[in-house]
Amino acid sequence: MKVKIAMVLRYVILILGGIIMLMPFLWMLSTSLKTQPETVKIPPIWIPKQLQFSNYIDAFKAAPFAQYFLNSIFVTTVTTVGQLFTSILAAFAFSRLNFYGKNIIFVIFLGTMMVPVEMLIIPNFVTLSKLHLVNTYAALIVPWLASFFTVFTLRQNFQSVPDQLYYAAKIDGASDWHYLWHVLVPISKSTITAVTVLQVIGSWNSFMWPLIVTNSENLRTLPVGLQAFTGDAGTNYAQLMAASTFVILPMVILYLFLQKYIIAGISKTGLKG
Amino acid sequence: MLNEKPTLKSTAKAFLYLLPMLLITVTFNIYPIIKSFMMSFYTKYDFFTDKVSRIGWDNFKFIFSDPDFHIAVKNTLIFVVGVVPLTVIISLVIALLLNKIKWLSGLFRTVYFLPFVTSTVAIAQVWHWIYNSDYGLLNYFLSLFGVNPISWLESPKYAMLSLIIMSIWKNLGFNIVLFLVGLNSINERYYQAAKIDGANSWHQFTNVTLPLLSPITFLVTINGVIGSFKAFDQIFALFNGNPGPSKSALTIVYYLYQKFYTEWKYGIAAASGVVLFFMILVVTVIQLSYSKKHVHY
Repeated sequence: MKVKIAMVLRYVILILGGIIMLMPFLWMLSTSLKTQPETVKIPPIWIPKQLQFSNYIDAFKAAPFAQYFLNSIFVTTVTTVGQLFTSILAAFAFSRLNFYGKNIIFVIFLGTMMVPVEMLIIPNFVTLSKLHLVNTYAALIVPWLASFFTVFTLRQNFQSVPDQLYYAAKIDGASDWHYLWHVLVPISKSTITAVTVLQVIGSWNSFMWPLIVTNSENLRTLPVGLQAFTGDAGTNYAQLMAASTFVILPMVILYLFLQKYIIAGISKTGLKG
Repeated sequence: MLNEKPTLKSTAKAFLYLLPMLLITVTFNIYPIIKSFMMSFYTKYDFFTDKVSRIGWDNFKFIFSDPDFHIAVKNTLIFVVGVVPLTVIISLVIALLLNKIKWLSGLFRTVYFLPFVTSTVAIAQVWHWIYNSDYGLLNYFLSLFGVNPISWLESPKYAMLSLIIMSIWKNLGFNIVLFLVGLNSINERYYQAAKIDGANSWHQFTNVTLPLLSPITFLVTINGVIGSFKAFDQIFALFNGNPGPSKSALTIVYYLYQKFYTEWKYGIAAASGVVLFFMILVVTVIQLSYSKKHVHY
C-alpha cells in the first residue's frame, strides 16, 4: 500500500511539473490561432472558436520571414558542415598522430575553452571590420567554422576506437586520409551525429553575434528578425505567437526525431565539459 | 605509429590536418583573447584605424566607479543565486522521480527537455505574453488565488524574478539529463548493501545517492554558474532590447554590449569583459578546490 501511494505521488508530481513545462508552448499555440479580441479575453480561452490559421500567413508576410528562414538555413548549414570538417581533421591529428608541440597546443586550447566568448566579441568585430566583412554572410559564418569543444569531443571518441583497426588499414595500404574518412568517421557516426545536432540547434538559436555583426534587414537570421518584428507587431500577440511558433518549430521537430542523439550528445559532452 | 616518436615529417603532416582548425581558432579565439586584455588598457583608441594613442588603467577605474557597473555586477550575482541552486534542486528531484518510474518516463523526459531546444528569443516572446499584466496567463492564475495583478516586466521589483523563473524553466531539462546519466551509473549493489545494513530510503539517498552523484552535482553547478554569469539573450528578448525597468536586469554582459555596441566605448567594454573573465575564473578555481576535498569519485 505504502509503495503504491509513493508511486501515485511520483506521477502526480511529474504530471504537474510536465504541465508547467508545456504550458508556455500550449499558450503560444492557442494564442497564435485566436482572433485579436479573443487574445485579450478574461478568463482566457484555450481553444478559439475558429482556428485562425491566417495569423501564420499574416505574420509571415508582415516581415521578410522568408528571407530570414533562408538566411538561418544557409548560415546553420555552412557553419555546421564547416565546423564538422575542421574538427574531424583536427581530432584525427590529436588522436592518431604524434607531432612536436601536441601537448602544448592541446593544453592551450583547453584553456581557451574557459574564456567566455562574450569577451571576444569586441576584438572579433574589429578584426572583421578590418577585413571589410561586417554585415556579410561571412561575418555570420567564418568565426564559427572551428570549435575546440567539438574537436575535444571527437578526439575522445576517436581515441576509443581500437588501434588494431588503424594498423589493419595501414597493412592494407590505406593512407591516413582514407582511414579517417572510410573507417574512423563511419565508426564514430553516432558521436558525429550528436555533435552535429547540438551544433545545428546552437547555430539556429544563436542571437548575440548575428545581432552585432549584421545591420541590414536582408542578412538577419530568424532570432534577430523575430526580435525586430516584436517592435512592429506591437500588441498583436496572435501574430507574434504565430511567428514565435514557426521560429521554434524546426528545432522541436528535429529534437523529436533525433532525441536519442541529442540526449547522448549532452550526456557525453556535458559530462566531459 | 601511435607510440612512435614525433618526427619532422609526422609533425608536418599533423599540422596539415590541424591547419583549417588552427587558422580559424587562432584568428577568432586565441588572438582575440590576448587582444581583449590589451584593449582593456586602451584609453584612447581609434577603432577605424586600430590606432592606440594612450594606454592605462582608466577603463578599470571608470567601471569600478561606474554605478551602472555596480548594478550589473550585483544583478549578475542575484541572477546566479536565484537560478543555480533552484535549478540544481528541482532537476535533481525530477531526475530522481524519473529514475523510479518506468511507464511514460520517456514521454516525461521529452517534455521536460523541450524548452532547451527552443530559441531563447522566440520563447521569451511567449513569456513576455504570459507575464502581461492585463491579459497574461500568470496574473490570471494568481487572480484565482486572490492575488492582485502584478506588473511582472514593468516593475523593477519583479523584473529579475520574471527573468529567473523563465531561465530555470528553460534550463531544467539539460540538468535533468545529466542527473539521469549520473543516477544510471550508480551500481545497484550499493543499494543492496545499504538495504542489508537496514538503511531506509532516506538514508540510502543521503548515504549512497548523494555522495555518488556529487561529481554530477558539481558539474551541473559549475555549468549553471558560468552560464548564468553570461546571461544576455534572455534579457534582451524578454525586455525588448532593454536591460529591464530602471536597469533592474542589467547584467555584466548586457553592460558590455551597451558600452560596445550602443556607446562605442571599446576600451571600457573590454575592461568589463576582463572582469567577467576573472569572475568566472575565481568561481572555477573555488569550485575545483572544493570538489577536490568534498566530491567523492
